[in-house]
Order: sequence, then C-alpha cells, then structure tokens
Amino acid sequence: MRVTQSNKFGFTINRSRLIDYDSSDRKVREYVTLREPSFRLCFACGGCTATCTAGQHTSFNLRRMNTFIRRGEIEPLREEVKRCMLCGKCLLVCPRGVNTRNVVAAAAEAIVKLERNEL
Amino acid sequence: MNFELFTLPFNLGLYFILIYSVVRITIWFRDLSRSDKLRLQRGFFGRPFMDSLREIFMESLLHRKIFRKNPVLGYMHMSLAFGWFLLIVFGTFEADFFGEKHLNPPSHAIFFRWFNPEHGAEGFARIYSIWMDLLLAFILSGLLLAIIKRFTPRLMGMKKTTKHTWTDRIALISLWLIFPSRLLAESFTCGAHGSGSFLTGNLGNALASFLPVADIAPWFWWLYSLSLGVFFFLLPISRYFHIPVELFLIFMRNSGITTGDRHSSYTEVQTHACSSCGICISTCQMSYAAGIHDIQSAYFIKGLRNDRDIAAITANCLMCGRCEEVCPVGIELGPMRLIERRQGERSDRTLKLKEKYSLMRRRSTIEKRPTQSYSYLVREEPEKADVLFFAGCMTHLTPAVIAAMKKIMDSAGVIYRFMDENGGVCCGRPLMLAGRDREARELINHNSDIIWKSGAQILVTSCPICYKVFRESYYLEARVMHHSEFINLLIEEGSLRLGYLHKKVAYHDPCELGRGSGIYEEPRAVISYVAELQSSAQEANMSLCCGGSLGNLTLSSGKRAMIAADAVRTLTLCSPDELITACPLCKKTFVQVTKTKISDIAELVAAAIPAPKREIAKRRTAKRYSGAISNS
Repeated sequence: MRVTQSNKFGFTINRSRLIDYDSSDRKVREYVTLREPSFRLCFACGGCTATCTAGQHTSFNLRRMNTFIRRGEIEPLREEVKRCMLCGKCLLVCPRGVNTRNVVAAAAEAIVKLERNEL
Repeated sequence: MNFELFTLPFNLGLYFILIYSVVRITIWFRDLSRSDKLRLQRGFFGRPFMDSLREIFMESLLHRKIFRKNPVLGYMHMSLAFGWFLLIVFGTFEADFFGEKHLNPPSHAIFFRWFNPEHGAEGFARIYSIWMDLLLAFILSGLLLAIIKRFTPRLMGMKKTTKHTWTDRIALISLWLIFPSRLLAESFTCGAHGSGSFLTGNLGNALASFLPVADIAPWFWWLYSLSLGVFFFLLPISRYFHIPVELFLIFMRNSGITTGDRHSSYTEVQTHACSSCGICISTCQMSYAAGIHDIQSAYFIKGLRNDRDIAAITANCLMCGRCEEVCPVGIELGPMRLIERRQGERSDRTLKLKEKYSLMRRRSTIEKRPTQSYSYLVREEPEKADVLFFAGCMTHLTPAVIAAMKKIMDSAGVIYRFMDENGGVCCGRPLMLAGRDREARELINHNSDIIWKSGAQILVTSCPICYKVFRESYYLEARVMHHSEFINLLIEEGSLRLGYLHKKVAYHDPCELGRGSGIYEEPRAVISYVAELQSSAQEANMSLCCGGSLGNLTLSSGKRAMIAADAVRTLTLCSPDELITACPLCKKTFVQVTKTKISDIAELVAAAIPAPKREIAKRRTAKRYSGAISNS
C-alpha cells in the first residue's frame, strides 16, 4: 500500500481502484476506440460477463477487460484478451449495442502493435 | 493495298494481348499445385472439356445467368459479348469469301470495308452485308443500354453499379468508342462508294449529302483502330482482363479445382476473372438496406487485384453468401474472403503501372497476428449416449428453443444427453469467420474429444453456425444433424406424433443452414407437416441475411438493425401469423425489429405436440370452473 495523504486520516484506497498513471498506457484505449467507436458506449453493466462462454471455464471477464483497456493496464490485459472465443453471445446481450467482438479483436491487435512499437 | 498505317495500333494491341494472355496463363498453370495440375490435364482431355465449352458458350457469350435474373441486363451483356463474337467470326468469313485471298491476317477482317469499299453491291454479298449491319446494330443497342446503366443503374434494374478506377474508365471509354467508330468509319467509306447496307449504306448516303466523306473516312478508321489498340493494351490492368481469364477459369473449375484455404494461382485466376459487373453490389443487403456501398465483393476483388490494404473491406461482410449465389462468373467469394481474413493486414501501397503489368505478382508482406489460447479448458469425461444434443452458445440465449427441443425429444422417446447443458465450449466457427483457424482448431479438438468419448451415433445441434462447422471441420463418426433434420427424421420414423396448427407461417432460411449447408427441404417438410407454409419473396438460395451474422466483425448494431428490419419487411409481405426460422441468432435479431411473432422451428413443432389426455381433461375442468365463477 502506497503512503498517501488519505492514509494519514484513516482512509485507505482499495488497490483495485487505484490508477497508476506512471505505468498506464492510454494508446491501447485510443486504438480500440478508433477501431470500434461503440466501445465508449459501455456502461459496465456486466451482462456480457454473465453470459460469457469462456467465462464459464476461466476467469475471463469482459467487463474487467474493458476496465483494463480504459485504465491502460496493459500487463493484465495481455493475458486476458487471449481467452475470448469470439462466440458473440455478449454481442447479443449488450444493452448498449457495443460491438464487443470487435473490441476484443481490436484490443488483441493493439497489444501486438504495441509490442512492435507501432502505436 | 495490303498494309495501311492505321491498322498498326490494332495489330500491335492484338498481338500484345494474345502473347500476354498466353504467358500469364502458362505461369498460372505452372504455379498450380501438383494435384491441381493433374486435375486440369485430366479435365482437358475428358468430359469436363465439353462441359467447359458449353459453359463458355452459355455464360461467357450468352450470359444466361444474368438473363435469368434480369432480361434487360442479360441482353446488354449478351449483345456486347455474343454480338462482338459473331461480328468477329462472320467478319473473318466475309474476308475469307469476298476478300482477294483466303487466310487473311485479322486486320483484314476487322477493317474489311476499308479494303473492299465496293463490296456488297449484289447477290449473296448484299445479303451478307445486311447480316453484318444487323450484328453491328445488335451491339450498338447493347452499348446504348450500357451507357444508360452507367448513368442511371436503376433503369436497368440494378440498385447500384460499380465505381471504377481510372484504368477501368479509360478502358471502358475505349470499349464504348470501338463500335460507334466502326459504324461511322464504315458509313463514311460506304457513302463515298455508294455501297453498304441498311445501316452503313443509308447513314453513309445521308452523310455524303453534306460532307466530303472520302476525306473524312480515314480519320474514323484511325479512331476505330486506335480505340481497339488502346483497349487491348489496357486489358491486362483493367477489369476487361476477365475476358480471356474467365475462359481459363471455366476450364479449371470444371476440372474440379476448388479455392481451398490459402492463396494459390486459382485464387489469382478468380481475382482476374471478376468483371466488376456490380451484380454483387446490387444484391448485397449491406448496400441497399444499410447504405454501405464500398465493401462489396467487386471492391474486395479489385483491392486484391491491385494489392491494396483491404483489411477493413474484408472484415466488413456478413458472409451471407448471396453475392456468390448471383455471381455470373461463379467466383467463390466466401472462401476468398476467409483466406484474406486469415492473412491479416497488408501494408497499403499503390501499384506502379509496371507492377500492374508484371507477370509475377508479389504479395505484400503480412504482419504478425494476435493469437488466442484456450489452454485453460479442462478435458471432460462424458457419459455414453446414442444421441447427443449440442445447443450451442446462441441457443443458450433462447431458452425457449432448448425447452422445445427437450419436449420434442421426450415426446418422441429419444434417449439423449445434453452436451452443453451447463454451458459448453464454442464450436469454433466464429473464430474461423474471424480468420483465426488455428485457434478454432483448439476448440474443435476439445469438442471432438467429448463427442468421440460419448460414443454418440447422432449429434443434434440447434444452431446452424455450429452445424456447418461440425459437418465441415470436425472429424466425427456421429452423424451431424440440425434439429430441423432431426425432427423431420422423427416424424418420418413415426415416433413423433403431432397435431396440426391452424396457422399461416413463413419460413426464413438461415444463411449457414441454407446456402451454407444446403438444407432447404427438411425444415419446409417439418413446417408443412404442422402448419400452412407460405412462400416468401426471397427464399431458398436467395434468402436474406438477418443482419445478426457473426461473419461480420465490424458492423455496428444500428446498421445490423437496418438490415434486420428490411429483411423482416420482405419476409412478412404475405403477413403470416408467425415467422419461422431455424437459427437462434436469426430469432434474436428479428425479435428486436418486428411485432410479428418469431419462432424457431422447434418451438412450432413443440406447440403441435398434443397434450396428454389427462391434462386436457384437467384444462376443461378448470375452464368450466372459471366459467362458473364468472357466471355467479
């Protein structure tokens, strides 16, 4: 736990709610938003995660993956994005009409491009 | 007399294109795989040879397929192709019979009137001249339609026509110029010599009355020769290269060569055989229902031919297969697109003119692709079963279909095991459609393992997407059946007893089941058994896509809804009580855009299962009871 001002006053910050701008990389988010503008529509209801085929076999969680993309947390994203089966169930349940399959595909491409320094 | 300078552009062009086509086709032949080479050789000396000749006559010259779709459009294509062919053939005969000697060079036949201006004065030659004029008039009528089509495609029954590159445009103009310039050149010469028939003779006389025709004639002969020459030189880099290549393609196809799963010289031949006629654009639902006009197969092929970065075009397609169904050249557009999806991104570059003519085409480098990994999947030990039911991911979103299937199988006394009752693994088809075959193979192996271990004889699936991949990419002992086939089997066996529903229904063929797997009859047989089946405007092999297709990775939900709404409108023109489909994805997509009740074929059948006698009695009592209450 990092020492912050709030610690001194008896408040703590949950690790998972902390965004570290030193390590975050917003390029992936920009790439994904460019390739799939509907990504912005997501309001994190979690319907995709509830229905996910891959999610029944592993900890894959599309809602969490979206958060990783938004926050620019590349390391966890790298593994997460590989698990999707692109089956498209999430596409049908999404109340906001986010093209979820393309979000995953674009995120995977972004990771590859990042490794090649093309972003 | 024997040589005129104006014939030079034509002669150069003709010999250039002949040599170029032969060399190009030889190289394509050389690059074929060993087995395909053998196929082609065997096909060349066997029955397929005659089939090919017939097909060349019926399709390349008469354009029968286009005729069936749209007679006016068919006439346009036929008059240009068949008319020109007849003009060349009869022109050659004419030069042979009426010329000075036999076996003339081609230019003597093409410019016959220049060399024999007095020809056609009397007897048989006169009749022959009428025939030649008729042929020219035939072509010119087609040309007129072609010009109308270019500027107002709707008049010709086309919703949209192709947008061309500049080389295509110059080639198009030179092609358009060929026939009017021939008409004028012949008319001027005929006018000067008082010869010619109803077309060239009359026009020549009219022109001669106020113009010095003898002086002007050579100019039009030059124009005629130049337009031919330019056309021939542009042929290899324009869409008109399809004229020689299509003939080769027909021979290859009839010899049994297929597209396969990677780029080969056969895909190269198909790429060049596309004439960009635009019939695919006109048929594409994304074009007329969703207003996307730049991704259709004609543009896909064009991008491929010019080695452009077409990743966006390649991905943005529903893979419904309607364009493949109407393509007059018979190009396997679906497999071609899948190959390109597998390839991944190309670097975008504009080909230089020299590269466009190049005989050896180097494809631009392909970049590394992201990969998926499903090593987390745990192998299962399934129970033994004769009939295995695989609902599929999409069916899990339509629980009514699963319930209906359970009811049907219980009612028919089928002992089955529900393979993915607690959520299975995706069949792999969505990954294949996204061009990730290697990853799909992982899922295929996982599912195959379960199916083999269960020892099933029949694998029933409720999802056409799964059905197609089970049939084509799995190696199974079990017989794969879509539930519509399975229900049909149960009815035929007599194990499923059904009542008759007094309903009028329309049936929507899902793409993957109909065009994708060729299952048209079984669902119709099942539906007609339990209800009155109405025919709809677009059905069987020309059925519409619901718009929900997993084949398209990038289409937005708004555009999907536009396609779905348009499709439902067409399907419910005869206002049926229910619209029946056989795919959970179609059902989910349609439900969002219409008030008409959408049911799966399984739901329809389940509703026709008569209730057990005891229950009927119970229901009657309840009714009487409720009646008594309301009376009191």
